[in-house]
Parts: sequence; C-alpha cells; structure tokens
Amino acid sequence: MKKLLFNESLCKGCGLCVSACPKKILKLGNKINAMGYAVAECTDEDSCISCAFCATMCPDCVIEVHKEV
Amino acid sequence: MDKIVFRKPKLLNDTPMHYCPGCTHGIVHRLIAEALEELGDTDNVIGIAPVGCAVFAYNYFTCDMFQAAHGRAPSVATGVKRANPNSTVFVYQGDGDLASIGMAEIVHAATRGENITVIFINNGIYGMTGGQMAPTTLPGQKTTTSQSGRNPLEHGNPIKICEMLSTLTGPAYIARTSVHDVKAVRATREAIKKGFKMQREKKGFSLIEILSTCPTNFHMSPVAALEYAKTAGCEAYPLGVYKDVEQSNEVKGK
Amino acid sequence: MKQLLKGNEAVAEAAIAAGCRCFFGYPITPQNEIPEYMSWRMKEVGGHFVQAESEVSAINMVYGAGGAGARAMTSSSSPGVSLKQEGISYIAGAEVPCVIVNMMRAGPGLGGIQPSQSDYFQATKGGGHGDYRMLVYAPSSVQEAADLTYKAFFRADYYRNPVMILGDGMLGQMMEPAQIPVAVDVNKLPKKSWAASGNNGGKQRVINSIFMNPDTLEAHNAHLTKKYEEMKKLDTMFEHYRTDDAEVVLVAYGIVARICKAAVDMLRDGGIKAGLFRPITLFPFPYGELAKLSDNGAETFVSVELSCGQLIEDVKLGLFDSKNRPQVGVFARVGGNVMKPEDVAEYIKAGRITQSWIK
Repeated sequence: MKKLLFNESLCKGCGLCVSACPKKILKLGNKINAMGYAVAECTDEDSCISCAFCATMCPDCVIEVHKEV
Repeated sequence: MDKIVFRKPKLLNDTPMHYCPGCTHGIVHRLIAEALEELGDTDNVIGIAPVGCAVFAYNYFTCDMFQAAHGRAPSVATGVKRANPNSTVFVYQGDGDLASIGMAEIVHAATRGENITVIFINNGIYGMTGGQMAPTTLPGQKTTTSQSGRNPLEHGNPIKICEMLSTLTGPAYIARTSVHDVKAVRATREAIKKGFKMQREKKGFSLIEILSTCPTNFHMSPVAALEYAKTAGCEAYPLGVYKDVEQSNEVKGK
Repeated sequence: MKQLLKGNEAVAEAAIAAGCRCFFGYPITPQNEIPEYMSWRMKEVGGHFVQAESEVSAINMVYGAGGAGARAMTSSSSPGVSLKQEGISYIAGAEVPCVIVNMMRAGPGLGGIQPSQSDYFQATKGGGHGDYRMLVYAPSSVQEAADLTYKAFFRADYYRNPVMILGDGMLGQMMEPAQIPVAVDVNKLPKKSWAASGNNGGKQRVINSIFMNPDTLEAHNAHLTKKYEEMKKLDTMFEHYRTDDAEVVLVAYGIVARICKAAVDMLRDGGIKAGLFRPITLFPFPYGELAKLSDNGAETFVSVELSCGQLIEDVKLGLFDSKNRPQVGVFARVGGNVMKPEDVAEYIKAGRITQSWIK
C-alpha cells in the first residue's frame, strides 16, 4: 500500500514538507514537473508513520496520506 | 485496511494555486475548507476575496465568491450576510487590505458585531505589489519602501489588530494564531472552526489573525520564513485568544 | 391614493414598493430623510437597514447585497457620491444591479448644501475609473421621483447594472401629492441564477471585476458596451413642452425643467415661440430629439442648468447631427442659487446668447 500519494503536478518544491517530516524521509528529488520545480518524494516509505505532518504544512495540497489500520 | 488520513478538502478545487512556492496562503485556504467540512457547513458558504495576492482566491474555492475592492471586504460581507442571513460568510484579507486601507471597514464590522468570520493574514508586507512596508511590518524589517528597515520614528509603529479589536464590545471571538509549524497549523484550524461555529450560532463577529509569511518578499527560503514568523513574528504579535464570549474568564495573549 | 410626500420620502417608499429590502446609507444633507425613513420602514417590511461608517462602506454593502441577489439601494449627496465612485465602478464591472440616489448639492469640495446639478458629468460620463455607464434618471417632481425610483430597480435587474436617481436638494426637500406604485411581492421576483447566494455544492458563482487577460477584459468591455447600446435603444426618455413650432428651445432637466416650463409660458405670452425639451434619462441622453428640433426649424437652444456649463456639452453633441447650425447658449445659476422663471425669460429676450454662464 502506498502511504503517500504525491500530486506532483501541483508541487512547487518549497520544501516545507521536507522540514516537517519527523522521520526525515522526504526530499526534493531530481524529478522536475511541468512548472519547472523539483518535486518532493519519499525516500523510505516503509519508515513512514502516516503522521501527515508533510501534508499539513504543504501549501498546495500535493500529498494525500494513507494509513494501514 | 487502508484508511485515508489526509486528503484535499472538497471545498477546494484542483486548480494549481498561483502563489509562490512556500506561500502560506495555500495552507490557510485549505484550513478554511477543512474547518467548514469538519463542521459539515459547506452548503451555503459565500467567501469574500480581498485585493492582494489572494485576489484570485475564488479560483480555488468551489463555493460562491465575491472579489471586493481594496479593504472593503467586511462591508461587502455585511451586504451579503444581510441579504442572505442563513449563509456562512467568510472574509479573507491581508494586512495591507485590512489594517491599512480597510481599517474603518473592519473596525465597524467588528463593532456592529456583524455575524461574519474574518480570516486575517498578517505577514507584515505587501506581497502582490512587490514587498512594500505594511501597517504590520516589524520595526527594523526591510521592505522596498523602508529599505533601511522600518524606523518607528520615521514610519510609525506596527498596528496590533487583535489587541485593538478586542477592546470593542461587538466581537464574539478574536484570536491570533500562526502557521509556522504543524502544531500551529492545527491550532489555526481549530480557531477557524471556532469562528465559523460562532457564526453558525449567531454569536456575532469573529476574526482569526494568522501570522504568515511571504518568502519571496522576505528574501528567505520558505523554511527560514516560517522560522522568522515563529520567532520575530510571535514575539511582536503574541498568539492567543483575545476575546471569546463563551469564556467567562477571557484569556488575553500570552 | 395620493399622499403629501417629501421627495426623499417618496424615493424611499417607492424603493420599498419595488422590493428593495437592503438599504445602506450615511448621513449627509440634503438626503437625510432617505436613511431616516429606511431606518424604521425596513424593519416593518422585514428588510435590512445599516448606517455604514462611510459612503465608501455603504456602497460596498450594496455591492454585497446586490451581488447576493437582493434589491439593494444607497443614497447620498454630492461629496458622499464622490466617495462612492470606487464602489460604483466595481459594481458596474461586476454587473451587480442596484440603485444609487444622488440628491445633488453645490460643489466643488464641501461646497454648500443648497440645490445644484453640478454632478452631471460625474453621473453621466462615469464618475469612477474605467469604461462604464449607469442608467441615470432625472425626476422633476415628487411623483416622478417615486415612479422612476420604482422603475430603476427593474431596469437595474434587467441590465445587471447600477441605476442612478439624480435629484437635487430641492426635489428631495419639497412636498407634493404623489402616489407610490403598487408594491411587488418580493418572494415572487424572478430568481437570479447568477447571484452569489450560496451554491449548495453546485456551480460556483463569482461576483468579480478582475480580468487579467487583455483579450478577456476586452471581451468583457464589449459585453458591457452592448448593454449601454441597448439602453440607448430601449431606455431613452424625454419630454417635449410646446416645442412643436418652437424657435427657441430651452433644454433643462430635473427641477430646472419645471422652472423652464413657466419661463416658456411667459415667453409665449410675450410673443416668442419658446419650448422646453426635457431629458428624463441623462444617460442615455436623447441626442436625436435635439437634432430633430433643429431640423424642424428651432434656431436657438439654451441649456438651462444649475452647473457651470455641463449639460450644454450634451446639447451641442445632440445638435451636431442636425443639418442646421443653430445658436447654442447656456443660462446657469450655481453655488446653491436657483433661477426664477423671469430670469430665464429675460435672458432669452435680451438675445445675448453665449456659451459661458458667467455674465
């Protein structure tokens, strides 16, 4: 199951999700979207605790967060 | 089992926002939508957009919207609410719009106890016009019209809206929050919810001042801009509830 | 049934009859009877009255209420109407119907509180910024003030455009017998599908005057212009008084037109073939009628006005289309002074017709 779904076309690469992540598993990668921004990605989804801190700080509603229950 | 713990609220559409990277307008737009959805209050919402970067807010909300002249949003909201008393009306204003050109309108909407909810974005700068000094610019803060930093002797002092409006009898709820980190964002959502709840219960005027950033005109990274809001911003503009008619002991800012 | 009514009260009650349920005002002489009347009358009819903190705020309340679908009105007098110009421009741009009353007083600046027509340009040529027009009605009696105010709400809704009632201190303050039109049932007025009144999850309605794309804004300007062209076709109103064989035509509107009727009678008694042409709508201005009068043989046209030569400009524009070249002049009293019929008659008799109002 994917815990983090990125709507990459909306990402502006601001990095607020990266700094909010308590597990330090987000980064701005090498992928560039149509707007020309390096988009956020998750480097280790297994470590993700679905806390949604990233989505809470994202100004552009890029991230949808799922959790296994 | 897969459970969605966070998704875009339905009161926002999928149009990419025109705001700069890291601009907190996007966060606050989402919080308004979330607050209304959590209250189950999305059917009859009418928003009033200001002049400033949020002039295009109507492009992102799915509810009916007005675009108001600079500073006049509280008056437009007054007309909307009077014509349509069962609607939920929110006003979205920046600091130049609300605390400078629109000072008369906000003070009188507040003192009339107009049953509307005002979301006041305080980032201490005119964003859309390119970073000029705002009524809320901090002493020492450099802007394009205070290039050596705001000097109170020369430029006057910042205006504290929550403190000022909480002296009035009319308002039901006045609070200052911030969006500098996750905890602050969540507290802001609760404050916005409280404002809308009071409107629904016809308790009167509510205003939530939200300390925000403008990374572009602060000449800072989005992360550094939030740190600035957390430190310098919160020091100059203490967070807290300034007026709450539901509380017998009013809690003033820290 | 006719009642003895003050002009300002007739305007207010006619607005109620037309279904106006939102009134926003601010005190200024000589229109105070309108907000005063509305302050108690709106309560009786279940409407809303707000005394705003300024004319700027009042017109923006009108923008909100009108944009949310209500029949909304504000009233003021000259300096206050200047303050409303920003809002009127937005209202016209966003296509919000509403009625604005201006009971003119003399200016510029704070001026005086006596009757005047010195806001003619402001009302008819677009007092605010940008390309827009308002339908402008100029009543000349209390009865007509009531009738035109009533009509104004229907035409405002038809065009989704602001409509102005342009009166003056004298019309607002004087009392005459008048009959208020039959009241509409506000619940039976047509629903406004464009109004931002809460969309219940349906199609979003936006009340807005910002168009960042030049082509989009140009198309919007063209759409607005089409409305103004339609007003010219459908809404132009005027009155002729003894103009059939007139050699001298007085052109006047509002209260001045009544003074001129007496002047015309005096001149006729003295053997001068005078007539009066009275525009009832100042925008659209009945230019074509003036040209017809000239083509029919009228040789002299005198604009009689309480302004320093404003109406005369539209008189000249109207006569531009005539095949003849009639003489054009202006007779004016300003500053709050009002001419007597004898003054007008003497000016015509003296025969020194000039295009400057200064003697």
